[in-house]
Amino acid sequence: MSQWVIKGIRTGIKTTAYPRGAENAAGVTPGLPRSGGFGTGAAALTERCLTHALEQAGEVISVDSRRCVHCYRCVRGVGQPLNWDGTYEWATAAPRRHQFGQPFQRAIHVLVVDAGDCGACLNEVKQLNNPYYNMHRLGFFITPTPRHADVLLVVGPVTDQMRFALKKIYDAMPAPKRVVAVGACALSGGVFAKSFVCANGVADVLPVDVEVPGNPPPPLAILHSLLVAVGRKAPAAADEHAPAAGER
Amino acid sequence: MNHTALQEEIESRWPGQARYRFDASNVTSEVTCARPALVGVCRRIIEEWGFSFAGLIVEEAAAEWQLRYAFYGEADAGWLQVLVSAPLGEKVFPSVVEWIHAADWHEREAEDLFGVRFEGHPHLGDFVLHNDAWQESVEPMRRGFDAEAALRNRLPDADWRPRRIVQEPGAFIMPIGPKFGGVTESVHFLLETVGEDVIRSSTRLFYKWRAVEKLAEGKTVDEVLLLAERFAATTAFAHGMAFSLAVETIGGIEVPARARTLRVFLAELERLRQHAGAIEGICESTALVVATSQAGILEEELLRVTGEFTGHRYLFGLLAPGGLLCDLPTEGCRKALNRSQDIIKRMNELERRLSISSSFLDRIEEVGSVSAATAKAYSLVGPIARASGLARDLRRARPYSGYDRFNFDIPTEQEGDGYARLRLLFAEARQSVRIMEQAVAELKEGDVCRPVPFRPGAALGSVEAPRGATFHWVRLDAGGRISRYRVITPSFTNWHSFNLAAEKFAFQDFPIILSTFDLSVAENDR
Repeated sequence: MSQWVIKGIRTGIKTTAYPRGAENAAGVTPGLPRSGGFGTGAAALTERCLTHALEQAGEVISVDSRRCVHCYRCVRGVGQPLNWDGTYEWATAAPRRHQFGQPFQRAIHVLVVDAGDCGACLNEVKQLNNPYYNMHRLGFFITPTPRHADVLLVVGPVTDQMRFALKKIYDAMPAPKRVVAVGACALSGGVFAKSFVCANGVADVLPVDVEVPGNPPPPLAILHSLLVAVGRKAPAAADEHAPAAGER
Repeated sequence: MNHTALQEEIESRWPGQARYRFDASNVTSEVTCARPALVGVCRRIIEEWGFSFAGLIVEEAAAEWQLRYAFYGEADAGWLQVLVSAPLGEKVFPSVVEWIHAADWHEREAEDLFGVRFEGHPHLGDFVLHNDAWQESVEPMRRGFDAEAALRNRLPDADWRPRRIVQEPGAFIMPIGPKFGGVTESVHFLLETVGEDVIRSSTRLFYKWRAVEKLAEGKTVDEVLLLAERFAATTAFAHGMAFSLAVETIGGIEVPARARTLRVFLAELERLRQHAGAIEGICESTALVVATSQAGILEEELLRVTGEFTGHRYLFGLLAPGGLLCDLPTEGCRKALNRSQDIIKRMNELERRLSISSSFLDRIEEVGSVSAATAKAYSLVGPIARASGLARDLRRARPYSGYDRFNFDIPTEQEGDGYARLRLLFAEARQSVRIMEQAVAELKEGDVCRPVPFRPGAALGSVEAPRGATFHWVRLDAGGRISRYRVITPSFTNWHSFNLAAEKFAFQDFPIILSTFDLSVAENDR
């Protein structure tokens, strides 16, 4: 069995510099479309968006990233593409309902619940445990039980047959607790929105504290959301052209 | 296969009750039969002619039910579809499960969602729609049902209890899920036990049912492509491609050569990444920490290769009906291939290390065995079928997207246990890189998309997804919108046999059996 020990040591350190530094490796994030002045083709480009994440006012396009499902219709197969950035610090925070105390800033236990996820968000959450991201070094641990959980991380649009289980899980968690909704489906229902069998996101069922857009958000964005949940990182700055929450 | 002989046999055995038609253009035989002849015809197809069952497609036409039993055979046999119809008022059909065991779950699903009865089926009800939460009268797949209107009255009945089969003294059911473990999909396992050993297990699925087939109805081809990519995103490209192939078949076009080759390259890149993820899952279930980390490194690197090459880590937003949404640079292809070749070398090293780790082998050998007979009876697909000695692969049997021009092997194993399935994943990953090499070599400049005329019609798109054969049935109406979308996924097909493999085992083997099956709940539940 010593072969594994030696192999493990030989592999060296793979872990990302984030959150202390920036992660610059290629392929760690799909990026997000950004709002801004566009030009005369703004209306035509907005038409192409199948999930109504884009809104046009004159020559300015505003992006509701909560609805963006990375279909790339606004950058691929068009003459003038929309501006995409390669960032990953996407998590936004709702006004705090209850302040986490000091002890929660260092180590927290996260309960991950799949409420109808397609597998991608869940797979990205799973990556947080591999050596590239290694969330344990930041004091984040995954727990299988609500009784030990400080943060409830929900993926998926909340299907009807999971709604009851999700509510029971939330109620079983001790206060103070936070809810993090991960991915476009958990924020707006995504491609499953407006359906007899799904809610339009977690907020329909539970109070949400932190939201991460993306379809799926990359591991770094999910890491950022946990850091935001405990107050160790600032939430993403509001997109100046983005429609305010609740506007649609 | 001799189609004239088939025709003679069908029409002489069931005179006036069954008609045979062969369409050479897409190698499809169609048997239209009356309800009383259905079971006999299906039995003949499975027992004598050696076809495999692909799935049951139920359609509600203007005035009648149309049930389509799809079969596929080896290379020259092609497709075979058995069509049965009945007026809308008559909702009873004979059940074929006595001869086609693989049709079991298809009939249960149709009964739940359409309200069609199957006479002779031993166990209908409580499948997609959980009985404790939905009223019996709800039939969501019927035409009149509004997919967008909110339903009320669906809070589960807390007094609901699963049925216990094992009746020995002291027997009880150990429930697992729908939320269990660390990062897992939502599904409910019921393990029946008298103490140490699990005697029998069953799975309660569809907690994640998003009614993709219903949501697709009335939508445009572009919108449904988004659904096809996103209902089971770990194998997004394979499902998106199966949907696109169906639409392209209806339109009667073939995609440009460059797009065909790029699709093969991307599909194999996805298979490689998915297999790396499955290997990580198996290592994790046996608690071999360093091996889990090693496999995790390979998976993340493949995700990064995919992300750098295509912009998205799960290959979203690349497919378009008629080809690809955008061209990908040949240079990027070469780079992705080089990285994959490096990764496969390290994967080989991982396999070698695992093969000499006795504690690992002790846990994975002879668990969750699936016999060749079971694999055949349940029409299993993908790595699970191939690990039980069934050399079944759509890339060879029904080639699509130009797979017939590629040189590759279909690895098989005979034991059908957990270790055989693990070895098979490694062997298939090597074949994927081999196909990627050939794809890069033959990549020529050219267009990547051709407009598809959206005319009314229906077609079956089939793809060998990383987890096995997937079939997407698409019907377009006169306005070019989807009027029926039926998705038959490998996880749905294979999950049917899972409880046979998970029988009479020790509790601690359960995660290992589950991980070696590599089933996706999202893919099953749709």
